[in-house]
Amino acid sequence: MSMLLEVSGVSVTFDGFRAINNLSINFAPAELRAIIGPNGAGKTTFMDIVTGKTKPDEGTVIWGDRNISLLGMSESQIAMEGIGRKFQKPTVFEAQTVRQNLAMALKNPRGPFVVLMHKKTKLNAARIEAVAEQIGLSDSLTRVAGELSHGQKQWLEIGMLLAQEPRLMLVDEPAAGMTPEEREKTTDILKEAAKTRAVVVVEHDMEFVRRLDCKVTVLHEGSVLAEGSLDHVTSNQTVIDVYLGRAHA
Amino acid sequence: MQRSFLAQNPSVIWFIAILALFTVVVTILSEVSGVGVISTSFIKTLGKTLCLCLVAITMDVVWGYCGILSLGHFAFFGIGGYAIGMWLMYARTELIVIESLAAQAIPSTAAEISDAIGNQIFGVVGSSEFPLIWTFADSLFLQLLMVILVPGLLALAFGWLAFRSRVTGVYLSILTQAMTLALALYLFQNDSGLRGNNGLSGLQNIPGYRDVPQATVSIIFFIASAIALGAGYVFFAWIVSGKMGNVIKGIRDNEARVWFLGYHVERYKLFVFTVTAVVAGIAGALYYPQAGIINPGEIAPIASIYLAVWVAIGGRGRLYGAAIGAAFVSLVSSWFTGGGAPNINLGFYTIQWTDWWLVLLGFSFVAVTLFFPKGIGGLFDLLMRKQS
Ligand SMILES: Nc1ncnc2c1ncn2[C@@H]1O[C@H](COP(=O)(O)OP(=O)(O)OP(=O)(O)O)[C@@H](O)[C@H]1O
Ligand SMILES: [Mg+2]
Repeated sequence: MSMLLEVSGVSVTFDGFRAINNLSINFAPAELRAIIGPNGAGKTTFMDIVTGKTKPDEGTVIWGDRNISLLGMSESQIAMEGIGRKFQKPTVFEAQTVRQNLAMALKNPRGPFVVLMHKKTKLNAARIEAVAEQIGLSDSLTRVAGELSHGQKQWLEIGMLLAQEPRLMLVDEPAAGMTPEEREKTTDILKEAAKTRAVVVVEHDMEFVRRLDCKVTVLHEGSVLAEGSLDHVTSNQTVIDVYLGRAHA
Repeated sequence: MQRSFLAQNPSVIWFIAILALFTVVVTILSEVSGVGVISTSFIKTLGKTLCLCLVAITMDVVWGYCGILSLGHFAFFGIGGYAIGMWLMYARTELIVIESLAAQAIPSTAAEISDAIGNQIFGVVGSSEFPLIWTFADSLFLQLLMVILVPGLLALAFGWLAFRSRVTGVYLSILTQAMTLALALYLFQNDSGLRGNNGLSGLQNIPGYRDVPQATVSIIFFIASAIALGAGYVFFAWIVSGKMGNVIKGIRDNEARVWFLGYHVERYKLFVFTVTAVVAGIAGALYYPQAGIINPGEIAPIASIYLAVWVAIGGRGRLYGAAIGAAFVSLVSSWFTGGGAPNINLGFYTIQWTDWWLVLLGFSFVAVTLFFPKGIGGLFDLLMRKQS
């Protein structure tokens, strides 16, 4: 099966510190993947590289059917290629309504002049409502995003990703700060989304990862330590030593 | 159903209604109508104030809505003034020269006329040659085009360089200050081609309308300024209220998020920076004929900082706030600095407002920033809340 995203031999150094060390990792077109690993393992930095925020010192990042390189593309070009990203700290436009947040994210032409002349249409309104339904914010469309609860903001941000209709969703710690019920709902949203696209979830919470029920990649010191089913990686002695042992200590 | 632009923006209707009423009342009370309660010089002050409101609105769009603290928008305002000033000065001097040469027995050649005009205009800086930048000065149409093109192209070039390199925040503000400083220093030179620190003068005289009294000229410019302000208000309200407004407010609040949504943030900033620069230029082109004179001091970096102060005091992020701030602060400022405010005698020291006004303004700015971040415009929120 040809891969949707192929990251190979990527390294990044910050002031002499190797945050990503010869990292190679691949994703298939429709898969759900969890990435776990201790703090500072390089999970967020990996997403920064794929989305164009951080330029790696070496290595390649190859995308899509046409095998194009994402390196050297701007964040917006990469987003338009079909890669959506949720930040570790929820970032929505707090001063604007849920509807406006989703409308901005909706997959549509992004040029300033097209946007300037943009007219609201029934079709777009329906698309926004469909996404709001998926993330459980149908009744909150007119609310200002800043008023939402922490969990709702996380969902809104996931909703913005869905509205972008990406082929790859990179989701950084979606369940952080959520109640157990909220976590459950978040897994449902992500599993549903992964039916038609690749979804990569970074998460510390093992229960959450278990419920995702998918292939797991363990990152440590900037490279892949283990990969496979959750049971497989959690029985790996090195993983227990560097990550799980610490979490349970 | 889609609600109409006006239904979504009640402040636009209010603003236009109040502006129209104000314009009619002032016109009726002016010397033109025969009532004469308001002097011609005060009409000019009011007309100039309307232009300042317009440039403040551009500042609010670029800073209050898009989050770019440009400290250079008064430079665009000044460029607009210079562009129209060149035609005003050239055309009027040409008429005077032709008139005086007509008295001579031998008809003068075109070259002689041109030399005489050059002498009149550039004599003060010891020159009589027309610099290249005056090439189009004899054409009102082309100079009006310059009012739009020069600020627009300068903003486009500057913005392209700055935004492409992802210069943001305080670094961008410093760069815009450097731009105004460079422009002012250039204009101060005698060989700038724009009469050095003499600037351009006599701009209140409209070429070919010498017989029209200043009372009439002033009211025409006053009304033109009001129309420009009203049109500018509607135009920017339209820009900031649609999806474009959502995106630029998004850039202000979280630039990275907008990039990752797939918007090319740089192009949006460039669009906002350039469009506001053009409108600032138009405001300047209406202001300086009412002021009568423009010199490089007008473009000094401090002027652009005042602009930010007006918008902050008026309340940024709402267009009427910027207009109120500009009108209020500039009128109060001319009252204080013009000797209108009584000096305060403390016995051991007399507070002379001509000296102390800037200190007062500085304190007001700090107080507003700390305690009333929404500025004067925030009062409207309080009123609205009481009503509902
Ligand atoms: N811009 C930067 N400059 C310097 N160091 C950085 C930068 N970004 C990340 N780092 C460092 O790189 C390492 C990896 O960081 P990263 O944020 O990718 O970890 P993470 O796996 O996401 O951790 P967490 O689980 O805490 O979110 C950390 O040691 C971090 O301090
Ligand atoms: Mg992280």
